[in-house]
Amino acid sequence: MARKLNAVVAGLIALVLSAPILVVAGVSVNAKRSLDFPPNGFSLAWYAEVFTDAGWRGALVASLVVAAASAALAVAIAFPLAWFIWRWRAPWARAFEMLGMTPFILPPVITALGFLSFWTTFDQYGAPWTVVVSHAVFFVTLPLVTLSMGFAAVDRSYVEAASTMGADDRTVLRTVVMPLVRPYVISGFAFAFVLSLNEYIVAYMVVGFTLETLPIKIFNALRYGYTPTMAAVTVLFVLLTGLVFGLIARFGDLPRLLGAWARHD
Amino acid sequence: MIRRAPRSLAEHAPILFPALMLVVFFVIPFSLMIAVSVARRVPGGFYEPDLVFANYERFLTAFFGGVLAFSLELAGLVAVLAVGIGFPFTYRLARLPRAAQVRWLVFLLSILSLSEVIIGFAWSTLLSRTAGITNLFVALGLMAEPQSLTPSFGALLAGMVYQAFPYTVLVLYPALARFDPSLVEAARTLGSSPLRAFFTVVVPALRSTIAATLIMAFVFALGSYLLPQLLGRPQHWTLSVLITDQAIYQSNMPFAAAMAVFLVLVSLALVALALLAGRRREEA
Repeated sequence: MARKLNAVVAGLIALVLSAPILVVAGVSVNAKRSLDFPPNGFSLAWYAEVFTDAGWRGALVASLVVAAASAALAVAIAFPLAWFIWRWRAPWARAFEMLGMTPFILPPVITALGFLSFWTTFDQYGAPWTVVVSHAVFFVTLPLVTLSMGFAAVDRSYVEAASTMGADDRTVLRTVVMPLVRPYVISGFAFAFVLSLNEYIVAYMVVGFTLETLPIKIFNALRYGYTPTMAAVTVLFVLLTGLVFGLIARFGDLPRLLGAWARHD
Repeated sequence: MIRRAPRSLAEHAPILFPALMLVVFFVIPFSLMIAVSVARRVPGGFYEPDLVFANYERFLTAFFGGVLAFSLELAGLVAVLAVGIGFPFTYRLARLPRAAQVRWLVFLLSILSLSEVIIGFAWSTLLSRTAGITNLFVALGLMAEPQSLTPSFGALLAGMVYQAFPYTVLVLYPALARFDPSLVEAARTLGSSPLRAFFTVVVPALRSTIAATLIMAFVFALGSYLLPQLLGRPQHWTLSVLITDQAIYQSNMPFAAAMAVFLVLVSLALVALALLAGRRREEA
């Protein structure tokens, strides 16, 4: 009885969580340019339009490029920092770790406004590369968290064995540590990639008038009314996001990454 | 490899790049924003460096007070609803078989990372007249004809709880996944019902976790800037919306920056409180 009730409640929550997406998916296959649900006729033309229309395709490409570049930069910032804290006894370095965590905890508007003041002051406002740097710093928290976990999981006796046999820091890093933390590097990259792909406010404040990422394009398009193309873009985005997290779960330990380990194991 | 304090420049070198990036692209923008908040606004949308507190004085107006009160109320309501639904949900989630947990986590992460633009668009479609849920009610005979449920306070609340729910679950997840199940088993063996065991054992044991999560969900909800515009009416605008509006559309950077500084202080104070509540849990 209790088990059945649990299943019903879980099913209900799953339904409510998917309802908006399901309706959008339904709307995206309308035959005519209208938002009807249940859909009126069936057509995949709106999906084709995402790739054939220059505006939507450009936004898609811009988003993917920004996301890939900023996720790579975020990892490049987080890796040496997390490694340094793990390798050396340097409590002061924790201050930089905290600095890396802050933008993620604060309301995003604040970081966005900080970047807007910064790029305006240095006369770079609107330059497309600024959004890459901004996103990298904004999302550096994610690779920082996954990498700290990754380094913490490295058994130090392996490292000692290697260095006893004459390996220097660089060799230890390349041959022992790197293979062990690689899954954490990849998941940190993937988290930052997905969030950058979906990020709106920082991108909008920094390059909103010069570069259209997909979320900016959708928001701008919303003002001229809703179209099935937006619904198609949304569905593609949800699928892409789900795919990336599915891959993390497939190749990494998702519950562990999200903090579910017993304290002494 | 001995873990000691780094000495030479070469040993310090690896941290140089991350430290530089974080200082240049986070500490400096942040300081600049504080500087802008006391700048003097000049006509034409620009500002000059100065030390005036006129922007902060505007906090005393009734309009700002109204927006602030509404933002706090809304964020509080969202936090309570999200934790109220999320806590029992996460408790069950952490006890599912591993494969089922992973499926749920992928699903929740996917929703959490969805752009606010997409969540707003999806909810306004779900609540619209032509494609919305009321069509279902009509088909079931519960309603005479479909109607639009957005924009409204209810729509805004639904969208924001939807957005905050996965976040809340993921904040609660570590604590609940590590929670010792033998406590509940003991209560059950002594004859308490599952519901009673939940409320008399699990909830009190995780009091401080719940408090910390409430605060984190509150700060998260304070950050929502698009949903109030897409699902609410102008009177439902929050502080985050007002900041964006002043910065971009009214070109009043000093006032926007002053409000942002205020929001930072509120958020940091709350996060510190959450950390404190979390620490008490570890000591207990």
